[in-house]
Amino acid sequence: MSFATTSLDTGMTKQPHSSTETAPGNMRRATTAPLDIETVVEELKELPQPVGMPLLDDPKYHTRDVSVFYNETKQAIFNVDLDIGRNEVIAMIGPSGCGKSTYLRCLNRMNDTISGCRVTGELLLDGEDVYARSQDPVLLRARVGMVFQKPNPFPKSIYDNVAYGPRLHGLANNRAELDEIVEDSLTKAGLFKEVKDRLNLPGTGLSGGQQQRLCIARAIAVSPEVILMDEPTSALDPIATGIIEELIDTLRQSFTICIVTHSMQQAARISQRTAYFHMGYLVEVNDTNTVFTNPEHLLTENYITGRFG
Amino acid sequence: MNKTTATIRAGLARRYARERRFRRFGLGAIIVSMLFLFILLFTIFSQGVSGFSQTFIKLDVVLDEATLGVGPGATGEQLRNAGFAKAISQSLYTLFPDVSSRSDKRNLRALMSSNAPYRLMGIVMDDPSLLGQTYSGWFLADDDIDTYLKGHVDRSLPETDRRLKDQTLGWIDRLEAEGRIEKRFNTEFFTNNDSREPEQAGILGALMGSFFTMLVTLLLSFPIGVAAAIYLEEFAPKDNWFVDLIEVNINNLAAVPSIVFGLLGLAVFIQLFGVPRSTPLVGGLVLTLMTLPTIIIASRAALKAVPPSIREAALGMGASRVQTVFHHTLPLAMPGILTGTIIGMAQALGETAPLLMIGMIAFILSTPEGITDPATVLPVQVFLWSDSPERAFTEKTSAAIIVLLGFLILMNLLAVLFRKKFERRW
Ligand SMILES: Nc1ncnc2c1ncn2[C@@H]1O[C@H](COP(=O)(O)OP(=O)(O)OP(=O)(O)O)[C@@H](O)[C@H]1O
Ligand SMILES: [Mg+2]
Repeated sequence: MSFATTSLDTGMTKQPHSSTETAPGNMRRATTAPLDIETVVEELKELPQPVGMPLLDDPKYHTRDVSVFYNETKQAIFNVDLDIGRNEVIAMIGPSGCGKSTYLRCLNRMNDTISGCRVTGELLLDGEDVYARSQDPVLLRARVGMVFQKPNPFPKSIYDNVAYGPRLHGLANNRAELDEIVEDSLTKAGLFKEVKDRLNLPGTGLSGGQQQRLCIARAIAVSPEVILMDEPTSALDPIATGIIEELIDTLRQSFTICIVTHSMQQAARISQRTAYFHMGYLVEVNDTNTVFTNPEHLLTENYITGRFG
Repeated sequence: MNKTTATIRAGLARRYARERRFRRFGLGAIIVSMLFLFILLFTIFSQGVSGFSQTFIKLDVVLDEATLGVGPGATGEQLRNAGFAKAISQSLYTLFPDVSSRSDKRNLRALMSSNAPYRLMGIVMDDPSLLGQTYSGWFLADDDIDTYLKGHVDRSLPETDRRLKDQTLGWIDRLEAEGRIEKRFNTEFFTNNDSREPEQAGILGALMGSFFTMLVTLLLSFPIGVAAAIYLEEFAPKDNWFVDLIEVNINNLAAVPSIVFGLLGLAVFIQLFGVPRSTPLVGGLVLTLMTLPTIIIASRAALKAVPPSIREAALGMGASRVQTVFHHTLPLAMPGILTGTIIGMAQALGETAPLLMIGMIAFILSTPEGITDPATVLPVQVFLWSDSPERAFTEKTSAAIIVLLGFLILMNLLAVLFRKKFERRW
């Protein structure tokens, strides 16, 4: 099946908010004249809004003017405006160190755990302020699951890894229900067949790719509303990657998924919208198809054509 | 061969030589330390093993009414005042009928330890039917006899230079010939408290004192230390001057001489709060102060060693910070925490100086039964005995050290067991 076609259809049904209004970025779109990259990057600072279609009606996440500081001097994210739609898969791409993980971690307040890390701006999940004092990070993270860049299974059994979330939040009433959740999650993550005979062995004893799928199973076991995935398939072989991509496509029926990826083919296959980050700036957001076939911004074009990054 | 390969190959021999040198050096260090350990253990054991045995003399004591002044059916009160000392003396006189002068008789009585009448009283009280009968049993000999039998008295010295005179030696020879004198395993060493008479001195009091003191120390320092470490490591704001100040102070406390904690305990716990002095309670409090920095530092290191990705995983699943700590971080850090705790407790078990300051050096004749009874502890007991002039206390000292070492080994074994138990959870 072709994910790209299906995703395009859904992408098109979204109403562009106000993004087509002229942004300075439009002026510089892919001219063949070799522009000095340094000046282009300098001009990112004056970009009031990402080019393309960053805003949506009735989004799942509504983020405005988000900046992240790791300390007084190190700012990792600069004034990002982005909406993330319901039941959409949004891919975040960009060169290494451009702040994809940092932005992703704002969405479930994982940045809280880094001392000195400060987030400013407006982040709303279903209209609720994510960073409000009244917002409970425990509830938030139960609603917004996360798969980390490096597989990080608990040093417990495979079963206990997957059962951790349901147990924590009291989602299963008895052992049978829990067993079912565990099996279901492992199956969806494409791992059940491989581990069904050794559910009681340590999850840390699995191979790297298996560990990553275990982490995915663990994250989906609590059926979160949003799943944040930070390069979930970078350690997987093409078969396992295919399983995860298929999983992402099924999960989209009920969840919202933000996925960071370095594979542009993957972004093209599974996402409906793509956001391109560059040095902490969100440069361009648009339908995946548009971004890959007809990028507006020079930096985006350079990146997807492999000229740098 | 390219240039890099050539350079590397040229340096290889030097690299391996350095490695071999380092290995030999390490091995040498281990051998030297093992040697010293062996010498230490050898001296302690060779001296201390004899401390576990004691010389006993077999007496046939006639428990008749004429000697004791009480007959069958006597009450406990009457028994307590009965003439057991006389009965012991009588049995000695019967063994050596030719001894007649007063001073000779006194010397003869001096064969026995002064606690023989009390032993006899205890035996009779346990079994009143013995009254009117003749009781044959082993009674502790005086420590001079014991020292002699253990070969520490040179008979060839002129009589005036010896503590044991020819007359006494003659009696001992006769007793030996009759099989009435014997070195036996001294159970009283484990059931008696301290005593001025080396042959009667035991370590039960010090053992119980140590036990109660350690109990107080463990119950206070482990939870407080681990809680403090968890707070500092997992919850305290980073880069906060106040937290930094606390950290610096904890690290400094670990280096404070232990006697200072004793002074602090004296000033604060005893004089300010009125905690009874000389008790395991105040001893435990002082040792807690001393042990806390060790436990906190070790626990923090153990917590820090838990990979942050585990915390992230738990937090990302929606666990609260406390849940993250108790479900994941703490169990993973437990082996390290336990090691630190055992090291701290072992230090506390061997600590003498601060306890001297809070009066745990008192000469205690009764076994402490709780944390508020006056008590002493094993190392202080060792210190007290090593300070005593009698030859017989030297071996008691070593014996007590052996017991102390035994406890340390036991604690380490426990630590290993606990570690194994926790490590099995990966
Ligand atoms: N804990 C931290 N403290 C300080 N700076 C950090 C921290 N984490 C990330 N950064 C910096 O923030 C910037 C963005 O990092 P981030 O991890 O978000 O990049 P990324 O886009 O996810 O890169 P990659 O594709 O390599 O994962 C980088 O310059 C990085 O050095
Ligand atoms: Mg990243």
